[in-house]
Amino acid sequence: MNALFSQFDLWSAFWMTIKLTVIGAIGSLILGTLVAVLRLSPVRMLRAAGTAYVTVFRNTPLTLIVFACSLVLWQTLGITLANDHSRDFFTVNNFRLALVALIVYHASFVCEALRSGVNTIPLGQAEAARSIGLTFTQSLREVVLPQAFRGAVTPLGNTLIALTKNTTVVMTIGVAELAYQLARINEFRSDLLNLAFAVMAMLFVILTVPVGIFLNTFSKRLAVKR
Amino acid sequence: MTNRSVPLSTPAADAVAAATGEPLIVLTGVNKHFGDLHVLRDIDLTVAKGEVVVVLGPSGSGKSTLCRAINRLETYESGSITIDGMPLPEEGAALARLRADVGMVFQAFNLFAHKTILQNVTLGPIKVRGRSKAQAEKRAIELLTRVGVEQQAHKYPAQLSGGQQQRVAIARSLAMEPKAMLFDEPTSALDPEMINEVLDVMGQLAQEGMTMIVVTHEMGFARRAADRVIFMSDGQVLEQAPPEEFFNHPTTERAKDFLGKILTH
Ligand SMILES: Nc1ncnc2c1ncn2[C@@H]1O[C@H](COP(=O)(O)OP(=O)(O)OP(=O)(O)O)[C@@H](O)[C@H]1O
Ligand SMILES: [Mg+2]
Repeated sequence: MNALFSQFDLWSAFWMTIKLTVIGAIGSLILGTLVAVLRLSPVRMLRAAGTAYVTVFRNTPLTLIVFACSLVLWQTLGITLANDHSRDFFTVNNFRLALVALIVYHASFVCEALRSGVNTIPLGQAEAARSIGLTFTQSLREVVLPQAFRGAVTPLGNTLIALTKNTTVVMTIGVAELAYQLARINEFRSDLLNLAFAVMAMLFVILTVPVGIFLNTFSKRLAVKR
Repeated sequence: MTNRSVPLSTPAADAVAAATGEPLIVLTGVNKHFGDLHVLRDIDLTVAKGEVVVVLGPSGSGKSTLCRAINRLETYESGSITIDGMPLPEEGAALARLRADVGMVFQAFNLFAHKTILQNVTLGPIKVRGRSKAQAEKRAIELLTRVGVEQQAHKYPAQLSGGQQQRVAIARSLAMEPKAMLFDEPTSALDPEMINEVLDVMGQLAQEGMTMIVVTHEMGFARRAADRVIFMSDGQVLEQAPPEEFFNHPTTERAKDFLGKILTH
């Protein structure tokens, strides 16, 4: 155990996983909400754009999106997300590209979770909002989205858990999170591999189980009573 | 239950207490289809300031669609609808503003389920009319008191009875200080013992001079409160007359048939 933690920087890998999860969750929540608003819009073009977004990103494997961010965005188009001259350019740039991939991918699931939440809202709610003179955006903000979030707690939570585990995919572009370290352990200290697997599993459980417990206890309480 | 000595509507609305004959809601040649179904056929209708119009007609005759078109919850293909001389804009912020001038009370109440009663009533005044929270709450409490549900101000809609919810819905509309109110079968979803508490509030509003279009099957209310009854069938206005005249001497076969069915049970 000691060898494991002293030889491999598991704590910073764990911290990296947490950063990817938290920033990824916030980013995909924001982007996913925006895409959901597009899909609910009365303007046909915007709806089509939202639908196209979800179709493309929900159906593309995450690995592919991660590679695309690295190969297409950065290496082909030369888009960098960090200062080229800084010493840790590769680390920072890869971390940010990984976040872009995670956010773009999971936003499509957030959008669909929210739409399922919207479907729990009776049509009369939006009509009442319009009838007191709220504009489209006001009625989304004040009436539709707050109820949609409450109705979507369970699928949103599932997306968060999936995101936590999906962060392992970004090791493919060299982001030093938990799975990246696991691969290194396999390479350099395969004698520690069984222990390493157990430790990794534990660390992920620490991240995901509280979310599940939260969902079980609060999804009913948060639900809108009708 | 409701406090009859205090007016429900605003002083401005009181000033036009009696029907003045000045037109407020004017529909000319309004047509609307749902696919092949011609739901509104060349509707011409003028409702004067302070007038109370009760709309009767069999199921599917287009009564709800008529109300919804006036509030632009439903589009229409031809004709025009003006409120106080102003045509309804197509969409967008201008429409939202004009729509606030016409209150709408729904059969299913449609109170915002995630907001308290007080928040339901203050949302429009704060967001649409730009009132301060304090101002809006003060007015909301007044209105809730008038409709007799001030005790429930901090509860959520699901905790109230249907009759209470509908009275809150009326207060929510009144908080916008509308020029007119539309009611689409406001008592149809209520248990019988709750119908009167809602009709009382509506009757009081009518007396205070609110301009009202009411779709209802409550004939007692129509006789008591209506200045005019309109009978619709298949998307057309077949008859209009003062209530006593309509109930005692309907002219069309359809209306006779309809009244025969309704009044015998
Ligand atoms: N959104 C819609 N899409 C298609 N058809 C509709 C729609 N809304 C209403 N209709 C049809 O239009 C006709 C008129 O409907 P409307 O709701 O205005 O009737 P109504 O007079 O209010 O009837 P009720 O007394 O049952 O409420 C009905 O035949 C109805 O089925
Ligand atoms: Mg109807």
